[in-house]
Amino acid sequence: MPDFNISILIPEIFLFIWALFIFAYDLGTKRKNPKQIGYLAMIGVVVTAILLYLFHGGITFNNMFQSDQLATFFKVIFLGAAFMAIGASSDIAVEKIRNHRGEYFGLVLLSTVGMMFLSSASELISLYVGLELTTVPLYILVAYYKDDRTSVEAGLKYLIIGAFSSAILLYGLSLLYGLTGTTDIVVMKINLSLLFLNYGKIGPGLIMAIVMVIAGIGFKLALVPFHMWAPDVYQGAPTPITALLSVGSKAAGAVAFMRIFVNGLFGFADKVMSPLDWGIIVAVLAAGGVVLGNIMALRQKNIKRMLAYSSIAQIGYVMIGMVATSDLGVASVSFYMFIYLFANMGAFTVATVFNDRTGSDSIRSYAGLSKSSPALAAFMAVFMLSLAGIPPLGGFVAKYLVFAAGIQAGYLWLVILALLMAVVSLYYYANVIKMMYFSSEASAPRIVPPFAISLVLALSVAGIIIFGLFPEPILNFALDTAKVFAF
Amino acid sequence: MGFPILSYLIFIPLAGFVAVIFLPKDRPQLIRWTSAAFSFVPFLLSIYLTYQYYFSYSGSSAMAFVEGPFGWISAINANYYLGADGISVPMLFLTGLLSFVSILASFNIVNRVKEYFAFFLLLETGMMGVFCALDFFLFYVFWEVMLVPMYFLIGVWGGPRKEYAAIKFFLYTLFGSIFMLVAILALYFSSNPHTLNMMELIQNAPGFLTHGMQLFCFAFFFIAFAIKVPVWPFHTWLPDAHVEAPTAVSVILAGVLLKMGTYGMLRVSWPMFPEAVRFFSLPIALLGLIAIIYGALVSMAQKDLKKLVAYSSVSHMGYCMLALGAWSSVTAITGCMFQMFSHGLITGALFLMVGMLYDRAHTREIAAFGGLGVKIPVYTGLMVLFSMAALGLPGMSGFVSEIMVFIGSFSFPGFKLVTALAVIGVVLTAGYMLRMVQRMFLGEFDQGKWGGLTEINVREILTVAPLALLTIVVGVYPAPLSNLMKATLENLVNLMAR
Repeated sequence: MPDFNISILIPEIFLFIWALFIFAYDLGTKRKNPKQIGYLAMIGVVVTAILLYLFHGGITFNNMFQSDQLATFFKVIFLGAAFMAIGASSDIAVEKIRNHRGEYFGLVLLSTVGMMFLSSASELISLYVGLELTTVPLYILVAYYKDDRTSVEAGLKYLIIGAFSSAILLYGLSLLYGLTGTTDIVVMKINLSLLFLNYGKIGPGLIMAIVMVIAGIGFKLALVPFHMWAPDVYQGAPTPITALLSVGSKAAGAVAFMRIFVNGLFGFADKVMSPLDWGIIVAVLAAGGVVLGNIMALRQKNIKRMLAYSSIAQIGYVMIGMVATSDLGVASVSFYMFIYLFANMGAFTVATVFNDRTGSDSIRSYAGLSKSSPALAAFMAVFMLSLAGIPPLGGFVAKYLVFAAGIQAGYLWLVILALLMAVVSLYYYANVIKMMYFSSEASAPRIVPPFAISLVLALSVAGIIIFGLFPEPILNFALDTAKVFAF
Repeated sequence: MGFPILSYLIFIPLAGFVAVIFLPKDRPQLIRWTSAAFSFVPFLLSIYLTYQYYFSYSGSSAMAFVEGPFGWISAINANYYLGADGISVPMLFLTGLLSFVSILASFNIVNRVKEYFAFFLLLETGMMGVFCALDFFLFYVFWEVMLVPMYFLIGVWGGPRKEYAAIKFFLYTLFGSIFMLVAILALYFSSNPHTLNMMELIQNAPGFLTHGMQLFCFAFFFIAFAIKVPVWPFHTWLPDAHVEAPTAVSVILAGVLLKMGTYGMLRVSWPMFPEAVRFFSLPIALLGLIAIIYGALVSMAQKDLKKLVAYSSVSHMGYCMLALGAWSSVTAITGCMFQMFSHGLITGALFLMVGMLYDRAHTREIAAFGGLGVKIPVYTGLMVLFSMAALGLPGMSGFVSEIMVFIGSFSFPGFKLVTALAVIGVVLTAGYMLRMVQRMFLGEFDQGKWGGLTEINVREILTVAPLALLTIVVGVYPAPLSNLMKATLENLVNLMAR
């Protein structure tokens, strides 16, 4: 008898309705609402978070939708990312997107619904649907500055590459279905081991499936070598959307990767069961991301492009936790994405408000910011140092966990390489600090951010410092997420 | 005990950091005195700590003033665990003293006063923490926390090439730290049950580590510590950072930061990896020898007074490495500790003196001066005193430490030639120090050029006076200092004989 335990879907349903309400509200007020629609969207996110707290835990729709600890943990990240992206948009909402505010905030919420749905998917088809629901609103949002050539170009690029990668992913998923006769990830895991036990090997079908799924999710994660779209899209998109892309959509990709690989294909993470070992492939891709992202970021003069390459590198670090395929590995990935939410959102929020006031994204134009706006500069410095992994900030604990997981799993070479590249990364993160603090030319004007943006920045800094000094509570949640997979 | 003195040492400067941040920007005098107060209290505490340790704990090698281990991050077994013994107490005292002195010496900073003192207090927190931490995670956190304020202090308030020097220091030290991080993780996962507790690892590490693992961990830790010391060939960050940093920061760099390298070796590498130390003892001593000779020769060639002092640090820290190579000799290890302590006093004082002259003359070029003894006799007297201390004149702390290093390492089997060669360093040091004194303070005085030079004031004399006093006291009567660390160092040598 099918079970329809609709109650665990209440957060998603509410957020979906709220998104529709935002569309309607904007039309109802004849688009004359520069401030309150953003606050309405933020309220919606907060209410969803409360609902998530009240209704979580359980399985519904015959195992298609699973509200487990992993899903809940990442839903918190998605809601946090949406909250901060909406808050960061409060400035551009007044002027730049004047004619389509409702659609903008509504689409952000819809994309968030998609991420939440995806993180609960324990089955390939609902996972794919969640992924599409995440990306389709983002296609529109990336191209939202329709008079700006770079934004439209970014949107088109993202659309084409996104559609292409979805097709590849779908092909890979269909191969998995063909091999195992099921779309349920846990059943798939069992069937694959049975196949292996019966025949001794599985053959090229699985290799193709693994390669295609890695490629498909790799595009969403901006994993090297599927990262080429990221710098252009990050640069062209409205900055809050860039932030949402770099945190929310990346975290969504990370959940999908964990569900399919770390859980479903767990047995094939090393050479024991398969001619193809996805662990080593992903380790090599992680190494590529860490090396290429960090080295390319060194040369960037535009802060958004620099952060784009930095996020390519960051996902490389996350992948070390993935290939560890252990309790600590999964926990480190969850914790890393959680801290990354604060650091990256914060950095992009500073970039947003800076761009709104000066019209510039170049790192050079940050010169002297510490004199004109000391608080903003200090916040940016904290974000940069956290991204570089300097203790006692959250970014350090996150990196420590990932590296610990890597060493525990025997990937010593990967950890040493990643650490060396972390030293390289310090150079470009410190470069921003150097501009803000050391430069004698003072070009940056005084910036007083609006309330919503100040709130986002304060939350981010507080998150980085508090969870850097006292990571215990979040880390325990992150360790709970690992229990889902029962290694 | 009940009174968590080590936590106070660490967190009073941190409280000062927070307090200074919330002070109004336009009250520089208030900021200066607040910072001085927040560094004076830890200084007093460090005196009390030394006193307490000397009379109550120095008889045994056990950790004193232990706090914890209190659970911090249970998932990775990181604890809040502090303690002090004969190795850390002198360093804590030195940190308390030099931080307070440096903050007093920084009163003439006028540019962005608030940020300067805030960063300085944060720096003190990091330094105190490194010397107290007995948990690797905590140790690493403090070790790194220091880098950030140091980066800002050099980068904002430094000399003409400050940006280059700041990032070079930051990258170089972080480069070393990552090797330490790998080694810490390797130790953690090799131990069973997994632990980051240094005391347990000192007891057990030689037992559970294979020979290869010992060499691996030792090498990785060594890179991190050697960069801090700095051991040749990892020294290239030092001249840049020391020369570009503002005076007080140079004092801290030379007086405390360099000691963290040798402290790390004594606290971590030597007792935990005795097999590796035995294996590498000659190469370590040779690195020390190279640093002694090379540092002295390079100092000789310097035209800039501050660079001369900076390179002399490379040379002086070389004695520590030589002594550390002679691992089985308590005399040598005691000499190493003495050298760490006295180098902190002497070089710290020399940097202060250089800064005072630079404030007045706006140049540090040795050749620009001559016959200053006529015009500024008090300054000259103090400068000569510290130069003599640096070249190891008997009666000063530098002599005691060098003679102990030489006696200790000469008696170590196979080190006769190395020690004999290292003694050349003393001659070279005398060479460049005396030449500097002669060219700057003796000879013809250029009235037209330096007629307006003023004598140092009372505040400046007071900042260097305690350093001068201690240099002489330790030089004349070294017994208290050596009694302070005797039991700990004997125990250390026993641990290494395992």
